[in-house]
Amino acid sequence: MTSMTLAKALNESLRHSLESDPKVLMMGEDVGKLGGVFRITDGLQKDFGEERVIDTPLAESGIVGTAIGLALRGYRPVVEIQFDGFVFPAYDQIVTQLAKMHARALGKIKLPVVVRIPYGGGIGAVEHHSESPETLFAHVAGLKVVSPATPSDGYWMLQQAIECDDPVIFFEPKRRYWDKGEVDTAAVPAPLHRANVAREGRDLTLAAYGPMVKVCLEVAKAAEEDGRSLEVLDLRSMSPIDFDGIQASVEKTRRLVVVHEAPVFLGTGAEIAARITERCFYHLEAPVLRVGGFHAPYPPARVEEEYLPGLDRVLDAVDRALAF
Amino acid sequence: MSVKSTAARSSRGGAKRRGGAGAQPPLVQLLTPEGERVEHREYSIDLTPEELRGLYRDMVLTRRFDAEAVTLQRQGELGLWASLLGQEAAQIGSGRATRADDYVFPTYREHGVAWTRGVDPLNLLGMFRGVNNGGWDPNENNFQLYTIVIGSQTLHAAGYAMGIAKDGADSAVIAYFGDGASSQGDVAEAFTFAAVYNAPVVFFCQNNQWAISEPTEKQSRVPIYQRAAGFGFPGVRVDGNDVLAVLAVTRAALERARTGGGPMLVEAFTYRMGAHTTSDDASRYRLDDERVAWEAKDPILRLKAYLTKQGVADEAYYAEVDAESDTMAKRVREGVRSMPDPDPMSIFENVYADGHSLVDEERAAFAEYQASFEDHQEGAAR
Ligand SMILES: Cc1ncc(C[n+]2csc(CCOP(=O)(O)OP(=O)(O)O)c2C)c(N)n1
Ligand SMILES: [Mg+2]
Repeated sequence: MTSMTLAKALNESLRHSLESDPKVLMMGEDVGKLGGVFRITDGLQKDFGEERVIDTPLAESGIVGTAIGLALRGYRPVVEIQFDGFVFPAYDQIVTQLAKMHARALGKIKLPVVVRIPYGGGIGAVEHHSESPETLFAHVAGLKVVSPATPSDGYWMLQQAIECDDPVIFFEPKRRYWDKGEVDTAAVPAPLHRANVAREGRDLTLAAYGPMVKVCLEVAKAAEEDGRSLEVLDLRSMSPIDFDGIQASVEKTRRLVVVHEAPVFLGTGAEIAARITERCFYHLEAPVLRVGGFHAPYPPARVEEEYLPGLDRVLDAVDRALAF
Repeated sequence: MSVKSTAARSSRGGAKRRGGAGAQPPLVQLLTPEGERVEHREYSIDLTPEELRGLYRDMVLTRRFDAEAVTLQRQGELGLWASLLGQEAAQIGSGRATRADDYVFPTYREHGVAWTRGVDPLNLLGMFRGVNNGGWDPNENNFQLYTIVIGSQTLHAAGYAMGIAKDGADSAVIAYFGDGASSQGDVAEAFTFAAVYNAPVVFFCQNNQWAISEPTEKQSRVPIYQRAAGFGFPGVRVDGNDVLAVLAVTRAALERARTGGGPMLVEAFTYRMGAHTTSDDASRYRLDDERVAWEAKDPILRLKAYLTKQGVADEAYYAEVDAESDTMAKRVREGVRSMPDPDPMSIFENVYADGHSLVDEERAAFAEYQASFEDHQEGAAR
């Protein structure tokens, strides 16, 4: 066990992948000498060379489009999109090509491309640097969408994503990059798409992923002082979603609140609410509630704290669900 | 294909070539780095003493404003700042070439251009402080909002210019973008549209040699201005640290556009003297020698040397401009510090022009939530 930040865990994970598979490549803007604006690829170009850790031209469609070509040639590209808001020039390549090629080729070709995207708010940034667009990818068949919440998951899930033969959109909670946690590099990791019970509880399940897991754990702690026992489920994967895992938790607690930074309208929480209502209708004591972003552009930094679901807003939803 | 063979192949391709000074194509220059006035066969300029002094004043005030913003960021008053240090001539020269009825589409670094358009410098700071995502009325000075998503605005500029052409108006558009941006598909598409519709737009590329940590060689194997030829319009490289040359070339390009000549690409060859932004650490990827070499080409010192030699300005004038910039900096400092944080309810403002029931519903729920919180606090206080 070693204690490290999420950023360092991701860096170690990439290093391990580059070492263990010569077909793995890193591509992106400023990933070379600079090591990426968040330093996730720090030192990798120095150690693996410019042929494997590639500073690309400033063109996201080009980055993902050529990654597809490289994958067709037998490589396993891991591309970095600098910030969430800058993935959209590549959205066409991701949605119309990356997601569909395997099916169109009747399964004869595989596209093991990982698209890493630092996402989410809370870092006081200017616009386009704080968004949570995961639903826009989860909605597309052919893509897998995951997000680690802890250094340990960062370390393991990224390697699993790289080993996966499908395209994976890998969302990194940027405001958690500097949070530390224990990483056991000798462990046997859980399957990539399985939800993890981050904290056990009896009265209500809080389901979250990425940056909101930490908030939900704080909520559970606060609620405990009021004598309420909340279970926190770290979903880890938005496509596929581990509905069995959520169902098992909800059958025990009978109440569910889904939390994410992304807008609630047509979001991950909406899908979970619908499916869990179908699966657990007779177990539920309250409607499934959602806490998340509003149907509004991500606001300027000096008001983002009000926009982001924090302790109070999640507790408010917990109260409402428990009062039902 | 093995990993080894890949490496062998690309080294045969000769991937690395950071062109030396001799490898650079000619650029339009009217004022040498030493402040000597030189002639160019195609571009000329004849300015009054007052106009010359004005360019100096613009550049000094812009640099001072920029330095103040950097300081304000260090003091925590701004979340971020993208400094234009070193690019004053490229921005003032091109900005002063525009007419009031022209329209400007900037990136996020065009503080000098904004100044020439009459945008209050304070307005530029709102988005960097984090109190808004834009903060000015683009139509007030025909200066569009800053655009962060690289390259997007070049297409808007082409479209706006198409509109001008449709209207039969005689104004023109100028689109700013960087060397890094020149790689974006949007920029290539903007070139295509502008060329096909003969739109009155000048594409103004500030090649400041760097896109964050990537040198221009990572973006293009030909000088950027030469790209225009493939799209069917002219391109020219101008000394971006020579305000007279930039003004002359941009004036000519805008005039050409206004009179039906169609688009043109101007590459202003300049240098980003500072880090990419206040979040960046340039020492990780570039040598200080390079910056020092460019210091000798400083745009303000160059013009100042010329003005002094010509007897167009003297120490008293320079002192006057310095005093004016101190006053401006003070106003900016105080203005920023007193900028209020946005009201949380503003999140729901202006999402749609015609309203939207979901926004209304969420606004109401949020207001109720906020109110319940206040009631609770009041209750606790009592
Ligand atoms: C589509 C997109 N991708 C990435 C970024 C992140 N980014 C911001 S500035 C920048 C470099 C821009 O370089 P250049 O076009 O040369 O302009 P400069 O910053 O040098 O003025 C990058 C990669 C972005 N803003 N938008
Ligand atoms: Mg640049």
